[in-house]
Parts: sequence; C-alpha cells; structure tokens
Amino acid sequence: MFKLWSTVIKDIRILWRDKVGISLMFIMPIILVVVITSIQNSTFQLVNKNKLPLLICNKDTGKISSELIKDIGKIGMFKVSLVSGVKDEKSMSEAMHTKDAMLGVIIPSNFSSKVAAKSKNIAGKAMSSFGLQGDTVKHAGDVDPLTIYYNPVLQESLKLSVAGGIRSALQLVESGETLKSLYFSINEKQLPESLENEMLNNKTAINEIPVSKDGTRTTPNATQHNVPAWTIFAMFFVIMSLGGSVVREKVSGSFIRLKTLPTNYAVGILSKQITYMGVTMIQAAVIFSMGIWLFPHMGLSALNLPSDWLALFIVTLVCGWCAVSYAICVGVFADTQEQANGFGAVSIVILASVGGLMVPSFAMMGFFKSAASLSPMHWCLQAYYILFLEGGKLKDVINNIVPLFIITIVLQLIIFLGLKRKNLI
Amino acid sequence: MALNNPLAIDIENLGFRYPGNSDLSFSKLNLKIAKGERFGLFGPNGAGKTTLISLMTGLLSVDEGHIKLLGKEVGKKNNQVNKLFGFIPQDFSFYQELSTVENLEFFGAWYGLNRQTIRKRTDDLLHILGLEEVKDKQVQKFSGGMKRRVNLAIGVIHNPKILFLDEPTVGVDVQTRYAIINYLLELNKNGTTLVYTSHQLSEAEGLCEQVALIDDGKIIAHDDLDKLLKDYRQDSLEHLFLNLTGKDFRNDV
Repeated sequence: MFKLWSTVIKDIRILWRDKVGISLMFIMPIILVVVITSIQNSTFQLVNKNKLPLLICNKDTGKISSELIKDIGKIGMFKVSLVSGVKDEKSMSEAMHTKDAMLGVIIPSNFSSKVAAKSKNIAGKAMSSFGLQGDTVKHAGDVDPLTIYYNPVLQESLKLSVAGGIRSALQLVESGETLKSLYFSINEKQLPESLENEMLNNKTAINEIPVSKDGTRTTPNATQHNVPAWTIFAMFFVIMSLGGSVVREKVSGSFIRLKTLPTNYAVGILSKQITYMGVTMIQAAVIFSMGIWLFPHMGLSALNLPSDWLALFIVTLVCGWCAVSYAICVGVFADTQEQANGFGAVSIVILASVGGLMVPSFAMMGFFKSAASLSPMHWCLQAYYILFLEGGKLKDVINNIVPLFIITIVLQLIIFLGLKRKNLI
Repeated sequence: MALNNPLAIDIENLGFRYPGNSDLSFSKLNLKIAKGERFGLFGPNGAGKTTLISLMTGLLSVDEGHIKLLGKEVGKKNNQVNKLFGFIPQDFSFYQELSTVENLEFFGAWYGLNRQTIRKRTDDLLHILGLEEVKDKQVQKFSGGMKRRVNLAIGVIHNPKILFLDEPTVGVDVQTRYAIINYLLELNKNGTTLVYTSHQLSEAEGLCEQVALIDDGKIIAHDDLDKLLKDYRQDSLEHLFLNLTGKDFRNDV
C-alpha cells in the first residue's frame, strides 16, 4: 500500500508541475464548454427569442399581399423588412447581403388578384356543390409561386421550419379569402371581422411539455444540453496529458530502473489510474460549478444538477475511469509522445462525433447509429442526459453504466495484454 | 582463477540472442564474481557489456544456461532477486520533474523500504554525496555532475549487496568523479560487490581489483588486474585493452 501511495504522490507531483498538461486538461475544456454553450444558446434563442431577418419584396399592390406580410410577421420567427426594387435572384442576393438577412421572399405582382380570383372560383364551386348559384371566374388560373431565397448557411431543419411557417401564413390568407367569397355568395354582404377572426384564428392550442422521469417540467436549455456533453469530452481530453505521460515514462531512463526494482509496474499503472481519475472528477466538479454559478453571470442559463447525486457521482466516476483507461491504452501502445498525442486527439474527436456529442445519435443514419454504441462517450452522454434532462435516477442509468463498464474492462484487458506483450509487467 | 569467497554472481553456459537476430550474442559464456569483489567489465563498443549487465539485472531474459545472484536465479521480474542489487544505468534514471528527496522517497518505496528507513537513508546519502543544499530543487535544473550523484544515490538507497554501475562517471568533473569513486570504495568496504563497466580505463584501474575483457560476446581475459598486466606485460589497463581487442574501429550497429 505504501508503494502505491508513494507512486500516487509521485504522479501528483509530476502532474502538478506539468503546467501545459494542466492547461490542456482544465483550461481548454472549460473554454470549449463556455464557447459551445454560448453558441448553442444563440441557436436556441434564434428559435425562441431572436428572430431570423427576412426581406420581403412585395411587387403586388393589393390587399391580400399586405395581409400575408402581416401574417408572416405574426408567426414570431422573423424580423420582417420590406424592400423594393428587387427584380430577380441577383438583386435579392445583393439586398440580403446588404441587409444581413438570412431569408428573402418575393411576392409576385399579381398575387392579390390571382388569390382573389382563385378564392372566388373555389367559393363558386362550393356553392354549386350545395345546389346554389354562385359566381365563378373564368380562367382564374394558378397563383404565381412565392419565391423564398435563403442563405446557404441556414441549417436544413431551420429551412424546413421557415418554409412551414410561410406556408401556414399563406394558407391562412388563402383560406380567409375563400371564406369571405363564400360568405358573400351566400349572404350578399361582407364577412364580419369578428366572425372572420373567430373562424380563422380560433385554433386548437398546442401544449409543449418536456417529458421527464421525475415529473418535473423544466424546459431544457443550451446549458443543460452542453455542459454534461462537453464535460465528457473534457474527461477524455486527459489523454493529452496521460497518454504522453505513459509514453514519456516508458521511453525515459527512469523506466529502465523501474524494471529492475522489486515492484511490479502494474503499481505504476494503477497509480496513474487513481491520480487521473481524481483529475476527471475535479474536471467534472469545476465544469459543473461553472455551469451553476458562473454561467448566469454570462447571460447563460444556470445548470441544474440532477436530484440523484449518487447516480451523478457513479456515472462521472465510471466515465472518468473509462477515459483514463483509454488514455493509458493509447500510451501503452504508442512509441512516441507525438504518436500518443496525435492519435489521442483525433480519436477522441471521432469518438465524440460517433458518440453523439456533436450530432445527436437519434439523427444518425444506419452504420453510424450502430457504431455509436461502440463509443464510450455515447453511453456516458445517454446516462448524463437521463440524469440532467429527464430527471432520472440511478436505476434509470444502469443500462448505460453497464456497457460503459464493459468497455472499460475491455480497455483494461488490452492494457494488461499490451504491457505483457511489451514485457513491461 | 581461484575464488575464495562465496559467489555473488554465477553465470553458467549463458546463451542469449536478441529477438529477430539469428546470431547468438552469447554462447556458453561462464563468469563467476565473488562476494565483495570490485569487478570491472570492459570491452569495445558492441562487445556485449550492456547486454550482459541487462541479463544480470533481469532487463533481458536468458535463453540458455543461468545467472544466479547470491545463489538466486535471475528470472523475469523476480522481486527476491531484484531486492539484492542496485543498478546505476548510464542514462539518468529518475524523474527530472521531481527533487532529489522526492526521487529518493519514490524509488525507496519501490525498493520496499519503509518510511523511516527512506528518511534516514535519504539524509545520509544527501550528506555523503553533497546534495543537502539542493535536496528540494527539481533535478532537471541540476548540472550533469549533480545528476550523476542523484543517479547513484537512488541506486544505493536500499544498501544493495551487489551494485551494477554502467559508466557512472561519464561527463562529470574531477571533484564529482573523486566523490563518486570514494563513495563506491566505501560501499565496497562495507561488503557491497561492485560490477563496473566504463570506457574510462584509468579510473577503472583505481577502482577494480578483478577485470574481465569481453569482445564479440566472449570473455577474452578474466583475472586479477595486476596479474593480467603482468601476464600480458602491459603497464596499464588501456594498453592491455588495446593489446587484446586491437586498434580497429568498431561500428556498433
């Protein structure tokens, strides 16, 4: 025990004096968490609070196009600006660039008359089907399409929301016009505004409730999503210090002496695991603390810790152990520090991508969806999401802890075989 | 050569080849070193000195024959054998980020010493090797000579019965060499068997009583130094060395 204790103290001393290593393990992930959460927060707000800048060039002079513009504004997603003089795609592109707009819509010149004619026609057809006489418009024709221009940086999902929003505004205008025509055909008078509002705007409400295991209804935010995810990444980032440390020890003169001492090098490996598991726990504590106390001062939502602290501790511990095992595994097989650092850095980015830290696993296709289960980060992330977003308890994350534990044991086995093969234990 | 004392090191019919190399580095090599001897192993580059020391310290595994240290067979990571000896490699074998005291604490623990013994031995060694003033400074800031002293202190913290020294004074000033050699003589007086290898033959003459010359994996001479000089009619170890191993360059690839 004294040997292990002395080795842990030695490892802590070396680590404490490795300022670059400490920066890589603490400062870099902290910056990453803050930056990613802030950026993601902006995206959340883009949908919820901020509005997408939308340019509308209305070539039509009628009333219906003005109503359409009013309805688009009511969607709440857009900050509408009107422009004139846009003739084609090129001039719209220039206008969007000048006004820093993500979207542009051109309403064609005969929009109101064509919508009115179409509505009258539909109302006439409806009257005929009721066995009544109604007005129809000969050669009503189709309404010219609205053209939506969008900045290519706009994500596909956002683009679909935009198209859906505008389509719904358009439908509202068209339905309103049809209703007015129908009413006029029946009653020979204008549809009262109050009735029009009641008929068109009295929609069934949609409630949005986040589903949680503990019954709480806290709406998830960028902090709640990103802090746990990037804490996992930070834990795996120990590879930048630990992988190199294993290689450094292996290639340094000290290792020759270690091999001649009456102590198994397994003690050295165990000590590194204990030391760096401590580091991963401190990393998690620091990042969570930042989320709780610092983020609100930065205009971000505060992190809400799960109610089951034991589950949080166990998940973090197993995740840290897995990260440390992976780093040691890379260190055992790498011949140089450059190999360990290069492979380590690239591989954790790949594991993070496959594991769903960058793109949610549920959105992945075929092979990558299956591959996600091979990434330890996937299981850590799922466990954290159950705790942080769904209010889960220890029993809810067991199914995630077990695969994570199995991956860790496999890594330990690989470490053992690697050390044996290299005659190091 | 008759050995009156019991054996510290007994090598019998040693055979060894490096993995992937068809040629044997050693074939049926025999060597006996008595307890309390100051033994010097010399030879040109690539002769097999470091390989032989690596085999004696268990860093490499024997293919044929056996090596015994104080009657115990050297095997793969044999803790009972590893307690018996100290090893001072040519490279600095310690943690440069740690201080002398921290290195001694760690290596002392790995030698199986308890806290009190480590503390006492650390104080003694710091005093003997003149490292008291810098005991808490990181070793990486030390001069080459100071690092050599730290290297030595770590290898002897557990009072080994056999001490293997691979070029223990390379690159040091006269004062440090004098201090190291004097300390090694002191250790030997207290019963430690010294197995020394170096290219500093004049230094070896002052330290070693018994010498063996090795070339191409074979021991070409082994006896009392004075007797060898007399038998070969040479006035120094350097001349004896050149006489037996020739003056051609050795390319150790």
